[in-house]
Amino acid sequence: MIRTPLRPLARILDARAKGENPDAIERENIRLRHEDIRDRARKRAEGRLLVIGVMFFGAFAVIGGRMGVLANTEPMEPRTSIAGAEIVAQRADIVDRKGRILATNFETYSVYAQPPQMVDPEGAADALVKIFPDLKRERLIKDFTGKRKFLWIKKKLSPEQKQAVHDIGEPGLLFGPREMRLYPNGKLAAHVLGGASFGREGVHAAEVIGVAGIEKFYDERLRDPAMGHKPLQLSLDLSIQAAVERVLFGGMKIMNAKGAAAVLMDVNTGEVISIASLPDFDPNDRPRPPTEGNPTDSPLFNRAVQGVYELGSIFKIFAAAQAIDLGLVNANTLINTSGPMRIGGYPIGEFKKKDYGTISVSDIIVKSSNRGTGRMALQIGAERQQEFLKSLGFFEHPSLEIVEAKGGKPLWPKRWTELSTVTISYGHGISISPLHLAAGYAAIANGGTRVQPTLLKQPRNQKGPRVMSKETARVAKDMLREVVTSGTASLGEVPGYAVAGKTGTADKPRENGGGYYDDKVIATFATIFPAYDPKYVLIVTLDEPVETSGSEPRRTAGWTAVPVAAEIIRRVAPLLGLRPEIEPAKLNSITLTSN
Amino acid sequence: MRSLFIILSAVAVIGLAFWAYRENYQTQEAQSQAEQLQRDIGDARERLRVLNAEWAYLNRPQRLRDLADINFDKLGLVSLRAEQFGKIDQVAYPREKPLPITNSIDVINMEQYP
Repeated sequence: MIRTPLRPLARILDARAKGENPDAIERENIRLRHEDIRDRARKRAEGRLLVIGVMFFGAFAVIGGRMGVLANTEPMEPRTSIAGAEIVAQRADIVDRKGRILATNFETYSVYAQPPQMVDPEGAADALVKIFPDLKRERLIKDFTGKRKFLWIKKKLSPEQKQAVHDIGEPGLLFGPREMRLYPNGKLAAHVLGGASFGREGVHAAEVIGVAGIEKFYDERLRDPAMGHKPLQLSLDLSIQAAVERVLFGGMKIMNAKGAAAVLMDVNTGEVISIASLPDFDPNDRPRPPTEGNPTDSPLFNRAVQGVYELGSIFKIFAAAQAIDLGLVNANTLINTSGPMRIGGYPIGEFKKKDYGTISVSDIIVKSSNRGTGRMALQIGAERQQEFLKSLGFFEHPSLEIVEAKGGKPLWPKRWTELSTVTISYGHGISISPLHLAAGYAAIANGGTRVQPTLLKQPRNQKGPRVMSKETARVAKDMLREVVTSGTASLGEVPGYAVAGKTGTADKPRENGGGYYDDKVIATFATIFPAYDPKYVLIVTLDEPVETSGSEPRRTAGWTAVPVAAEIIRRVAPLLGLRPEIEPAKLNSITLTSN
Repeated sequence: MRSLFIILSAVAVIGLAFWAYRENYQTQEAQSQAEQLQRDIGDARERLRVLNAEWAYLNRPQRLRDLADINFDKLGLVSLRAEQFGKIDQVAYPREKPLPITNSIDVINMEQYP
């Protein structure tokens, strides 16, 4: 660009010649130059504004376009992620305390039919009946040739069956993959696991839902995809559960009982190591609930949790413990147990009309005296007795993590009369489940704090509210030990494991009301072991046992439930890792002497 | 000078485009490989589940008990008993090694033992 000079000589000379002011020319030129500069600057600024505008437009257009694309595309799983491979199962496994599988999933196939696509419905029906003998040929032909467009034939197939169906070669028979729940241990812990079935069913998959037990209680947790790979760990121990069920089954047969239940619980953590109820069932093929007969006789009925029974003399230790805790008596206080004793017009008698005379509190438990316990209960009073039993959790359904626990609601008299106080002190008039009892005995065993039974593995001891003093618990425990060493449970002694416990034999109430059966009892043995340092509580309950080896049939717990419980302890204690030990001898009490 | 700059940037653009193109395809390749691996992992996990289930089924207590009963002659397995707990002082000390023979003597009678 050629700069225009501000004072061009030609024009200056010309102006001078004309006598004009040459400065005017310079000013005019400066003005022109400034205008020129201003115009150029404006042009540049406009250009920049345009570029910025285009850039912003481009950026917003890209973002907007991207948003539009995202909003309009089908959702797609991220192609690469670390979490993706973790979740493969619909439902989490259930494992025992050592990680052994109790319930898992299995890939299988279902077979369904689409009759409009079928080539030879009758031939297909014939072939299917050959593979699955439980199908009805007429029904299949009716379905295949009728108006139906779709029907399920079998929901679970084994690989062999699938191949056989495949070999029929019928295009109208189709397979759909699905997961099924598998309980590899069969009947083991059936009442805890419950069972599973299919919820909403599609051709490509089906929902597996829990129908009972812990499967239903933790249905949400087990189906949660975020927890899909994390198995649910229970407190049960597979081998101990198997041993308990085995011994209990043998005991039930030998004692001619129609049912049996056992609960083995850790007294400090509240972990249920084993819980069994017989008869049982296979959760892989859960039977339908019975439509007739007594539902409590069904194998689905969980006697250990749902079965609320009047458990009898087992309760006496609670009355004794409370009386000691309140300071009304001590273990050596003498109490008159002689009759007659009439409360509210009803006579209170002893087993086989015995009369034990005046004996100590300890002997009342050892000999299982109804009148002695009743007299202690009268000293305690109805209100305090109720409070104590409530603190042990005997008035609410057990807190166990299975849906059936809600059915284990205890029964107790609405009007708690003086007679109730006396009968309940020796276990009649109040119905609780063996699991309640286990929690109650655990409180004695662990030094006086309440524990909630749980089916989940616990990392530490429970710190429940205190229900009795440590000293009371110790005294009560010593009394229970004496029951085994010199009382009604002498068959319960297991060398090396210092069993302590209390028997209970209760007549069964008639179903239609009106008194009790003479020849039907519930025999229970509640034990804690080892007595010098209690770790476990075991409750064994037999329904209608009768032991016939003697000259006359024997039904008391001492002859029926006790030997079964002893055998269970003999089998299970080594599995629990308990080393047999010689019971530490009791220290002789110090006698004051003077000389 | 200026044209050199233009040529250089054009070359750079072509180079970058080629690089981006290659990277794009490599990424897709890696992604499909990763997908395949995920599928393989999924299959392996599924197989693992089946194997675990079979292991649990074969080790169910009922079966082990029956097997122990069947093979009682050979194995003599019984359930764990309290007597089987031992104490550490019941374990014998290892027997001491015989002292080394340093002053060996030759004997005339060298007949072989049968």
